[in-house]
Amino acid sequence: MMNTKVIDLKDALWLLLLAVLALLPLVPFVSGSFFGMHVLILVLLFASMAQAWNIIGGYCGQVSFGHSVFFGIGAYGAGMAVVTYGGLPWGGILAGMVLAAVVAVIISYPCFKLTGHYFAIATFAIVEIFNRAFLVWEWVGGALGLDYPVIEEGLANLMWYETKEGYYYCALGLFVIVFGIVRWLESHRFGYYMRAVREGQETAESLGVNSTAVKLGAMAISAALAALCGSFFVQYNLRVDPPMVMSLDMSMKFVLVTILGGSGTLAGPLLGAAVLIPLQEYTRAFWGGLGGGVDLMIFGVLIIVIVIKEPAGIIGILAGIGKSLARRGGTAQGGA
Amino acid sequence: METFAQVVLDGLLSGMVYALVAAGLCLIWGVMDVINFAHGEYLMIAMYVSYWLGFLANIDPVVSVIAAGVFIFIIGALTYLLIIRYTVGKPPLAALLATFGLAMFLKNLCLNRFSPNFLILSDTWLGGKTFQLGGLIFPAPQLAAAALALIVVGLVYLLINSTRFGWAVQATAMDREAAELMGIDTERIYILIFGIGGACVGIAGGIMPSYLAVHPEVGSLFGLIAFVCVAMGGFGSIPGAFLAGLLVGVAEALAGFYIAPVFKYIAVFGLYLAVVFLRPKGIFGW
Repeated sequence: MMNTKVIDLKDALWLLLLAVLALLPLVPFVSGSFFGMHVLILVLLFASMAQAWNIIGGYCGQVSFGHSVFFGIGAYGAGMAVVTYGGLPWGGILAGMVLAAVVAVIISYPCFKLTGHYFAIATFAIVEIFNRAFLVWEWVGGALGLDYPVIEEGLANLMWYETKEGYYYCALGLFVIVFGIVRWLESHRFGYYMRAVREGQETAESLGVNSTAVKLGAMAISAALAALCGSFFVQYNLRVDPPMVMSLDMSMKFVLVTILGGSGTLAGPLLGAAVLIPLQEYTRAFWGGLGGGVDLMIFGVLIIVIVIKEPAGIIGILAGIGKSLARRGGTAQGGA
Repeated sequence: METFAQVVLDGLLSGMVYALVAAGLCLIWGVMDVINFAHGEYLMIAMYVSYWLGFLANIDPVVSVIAAGVFIFIIGALTYLLIIRYTVGKPPLAALLATFGLAMFLKNLCLNRFSPNFLILSDTWLGGKTFQLGGLIFPAPQLAAAALALIVVGLVYLLINSTRFGWAVQATAMDREAAELMGIDTERIYILIFGIGGACVGIAGGIMPSYLAVHPEVGSLFGLIAFVCVAMGGFGSIPGAFLAGLLVGVAEALAGFYIAPVFKYIAVFGLYLAVVFLRPKGIFGW
């Protein structure tokens, strides 16, 4: 009896997700407002970023605060292809993804020997090191960063000026790619390995799972997808500098969106982004002018409240509502 | 050679202050296994307390240290009562994220109230004074801060290791339930530890306006350096955090002087990685 209800809830969430996905491509025709489009694009981008983090942080249980490094590498890949070499961004995007995966494996291998807070602080340290190194590295533009030249808009250059619709469809494409990969991983053997490592590394190893290989693989996939998100981010912003992409705040966004949505679940990152990003953007628009800071104060308080009240994230709140509805339905039937 | 000694001296002086900031964090981490992400923001608020006392009431930072320490003690205790208490027994990340939210709130509250401008206290007792000893130049404010840090870290160490209260703290850190069965009020211990951890960083922040400008972002980097010191020193070890603070200060000064200022923090964070890759639980960890 209990089991069927849990499955019902999961199916309901799936249907909800599918419904949202089916409706999303129609949004540009409905929403004429520039700002509304901007928020939607950011929701899709941050949902994808959070989902990329979710692979290693949620499913595999290794809480990394270093994802802004991979995000930044992707951003610089696309940025340098366009700005430094005057070419199309696509080669740079691919190079950024591969490089991010390689860097992820190289730096994660020693870090995975650390546990708990030692691991978390090591990933902070790596972000700070990359941040400073990029600030003084002339080849990547140093502290000035890279500013995009004005070139022809369109899909080839992955750049639009007049409307945001092009970006919107690209963000949607990004979203579908990242969520599709994670959905596939979830039901594939590797996904089970990841969850086994999260639940108990020793137990997983005793059953023949090579936990180091699983964690490194998950990290590589996660980093490559984070880099893909980074290259979209730079194409959307048309500018990149080290503090913008490789910072602790950016790393925290990967973690926050996922955890507040519900980590280790497919829908969590989308839920987290769908709640937090509009909140962030609209509070910024409303209160951003009042001497600054009010939007982020509200954001900070909100983080505290969600973490304290519902550590399972927004998906936990939904599950709670679903459960109480099911209970009410059950008693109503019993009464009749 | 003389330059080298001077650079190392400067590093040691700032390292002592890092050690004091880290000691507060270390206490909280060691007893409760909580990383307080708002630690750097405590420092920033302490600096504002000291700055405004100096600016409005003309009280020197050397005196305001006490007020800043007491103020952050209260903020620390309140952090525990209002936030940390509710994260006990939840996923380990909960306290870290909640304190990150608190850090964000505090930083932007100060940004909103006091503007992002750098505020500098002029005409302090120690400001700009130096004295020489055998070819080495000692800047008075940094020296006073270092001496104060040394004293406070020593007192905290004594408090934890040779008082009844300290033994109760250690018992609570080892096993909360067993400590409670022995009649220790662990809730009170937690409140006090958060308060004392805050007071340490409050004292460090209280004296800093003698030589450092105050602004809302000033705490972030100190907070990060404190994390690095604590983890480098080893879980909950105050001597470890102290040693790590000195190492970090010297590494920072040497890299900043001999390579380039921007390499300061590459050296600091690189040093942390080197230490934990060799000893995954820190210098004095096990």
